[in-house]
Amino acid sequence: MIATGIQLAYLSSAALFVLALRALGQPTTARRGMQMAAFGMLVAVCATLVDQRIVSYEWLIVGLVAGGVIGYPLGMWVPMTAMPQRIAFSHAFGALAATLVGVGEYLHGFHEGTLTHGKTVALGFEVFFGALTVTGSLMAFGKLQELLPGAPITFRGQNVFNLSLFAIGVVCLVWLVVSPYDTAFFIAILAIGLAVGVLMVLPIGGADMPVVVSLLNSYAGLAAVATGFALDNNILIVVGALDGASGFILSMAMSKAMNRSFANVLFGAFGAEAAGPEAATSGASGEMVGIDADDAALRLAYARRVIIVPGYGLAVAQAQHQVRELADLLEKRDVDVRFAIHPVAGRMPGHMNVLLAEAGVSYDKLFDMEDINERFSDADVALVIGANDVVNPAARTNRSSPIYGMPILNVQDAKSVIVLKRGRGKGFSGVENELFVSPKTNMLFGDAKQSITQLCVEVKQA
Amino acid sequence: MTSTAIIQLFVFLLAGFVGFQTISRIPPLLHTPLMAATNAISGISLVASLVLAGADQSVLSTVLGTIAVGCATANVVGGFLITDRMLAMFKPAPLEAKEQPSS
Repeated sequence: MIATGIQLAYLSSAALFVLALRALGQPTTARRGMQMAAFGMLVAVCATLVDQRIVSYEWLIVGLVAGGVIGYPLGMWVPMTAMPQRIAFSHAFGALAATLVGVGEYLHGFHEGTLTHGKTVALGFEVFFGALTVTGSLMAFGKLQELLPGAPITFRGQNVFNLSLFAIGVVCLVWLVVSPYDTAFFIAILAIGLAVGVLMVLPIGGADMPVVVSLLNSYAGLAAVATGFALDNNILIVVGALDGASGFILSMAMSKAMNRSFANVLFGAFGAEAAGPEAATSGASGEMVGIDADDAALRLAYARRVIIVPGYGLAVAQAQHQVRELADLLEKRDVDVRFAIHPVAGRMPGHMNVLLAEAGVSYDKLFDMEDINERFSDADVALVIGANDVVNPAARTNRSSPIYGMPILNVQDAKSVIVLKRGRGKGFSGVENELFVSPKTNMLFGDAKQSITQLCVEVKQA
Repeated sequence: MTSTAIIQLFVFLLAGFVGFQTISRIPPLLHTPLMAATNAISGISLVASLVLAGADQSVLSTVLGTIAVGCATANVVGGFLITDRMLAMFKPAPLEAKEQPSS
């Protein structure tokens, strides 16, 4: 009787989660939807607490309280600019929970002698994916938080080494399924999973992080699915599948936005290759032409249409509030201001949208690449803030460029371009940017936050 | 293969399909909240952790279970709070913006 009640509660929370994801399809309904999902979670947890297998509650309460104490600051105090590393960090948490449950279940089954082949497959997958996601996410977190060097780390024979390690993991899994009580192989799977996670993220550079963070999201989901299979728990399977699908869709979207395959992102070590002399010197010639803040401000103030193109530099400089102020000032002068958001701008899917929303820019002014690309030719000024590769015309024109074929924002079509940039260095990929030396373009060097503050002051006086 | 396992595979397949269809419709505008949200609901492994921590199987199981409960709860609490915080920031402007000058 109780068991049926629990299953029905799980069923209703599964329905709530699906409805919540549907509500997330529109900004107007999204918030209500997520409150529904939170309620669904509460239902599932309360139902679990009456499960008859639970005999003592003191450690549950310890865990719940500790989790709440850690979770509150993770939810309320993390700034929006730190969102990518925050997400990566919590992937590690989720995967760690799945891994520990897997280990615990294996031990239990081992002592009770209840390990079947089917259950062992599920537990093996769970621990492998879980362990891989834990270390992979921590590595991604370290790189995004700049605790680790952000540049790709490569060594000779890396791909061969990684793939053989992965293959050994699969062999161990098969062996474990054949003889479930061989603990050594279970430990080997755990260890290999942990190692693969580290090695997988080592060769991946900063700009490829959106793909990796999405992919880890997907793996965390798959670990939850495996938990569900191991424990005969349908809610875990449903939610894990939703999570896996979401991560998969996002990583596909990100790869597509960079015109690269999954395999290329994972094994390519883009930054290292692109640093080759041939690619770096291709095409671009001429000098960057600087501009003062007052001239730039005049040009903006007397424009009719301005398109702002934010990039990761905006997040680094934390200049989102200044940008909003600038946009407001321009709008007061009846300038039409829009924001053009490239799918891989920033370090995670939708990063720029969240930052600008935080600063109070309404979402009707944020445009996706396909929706705004035609409008660049009507724009008087395109203001590029800390973006580089996503506006590089070489992606269209230069076949030898490593970013050739990547869809870009048509900034070069605007009547004039002002680029805010920290220094004269190259972008992440190490590719020269023809846009910066084009006669249409003026460069405003300096910290984005200071530059934009200055622009605001000058626009007010104009 | 047991019949339970078969049913579970069906559940997995159908849930994956529903997820794929639903999530494909989410605009890039909301991709970061989507990640935060899926992260929060993946805290559902809390239900498995709770059973492990409370079943009193062995000291090691209880310790592993308790840590798992802590991690999963942190994800649930932090994940839903941050998603809500983010979604609260996404506002449509026109109405407010036009009303302010007139008032």
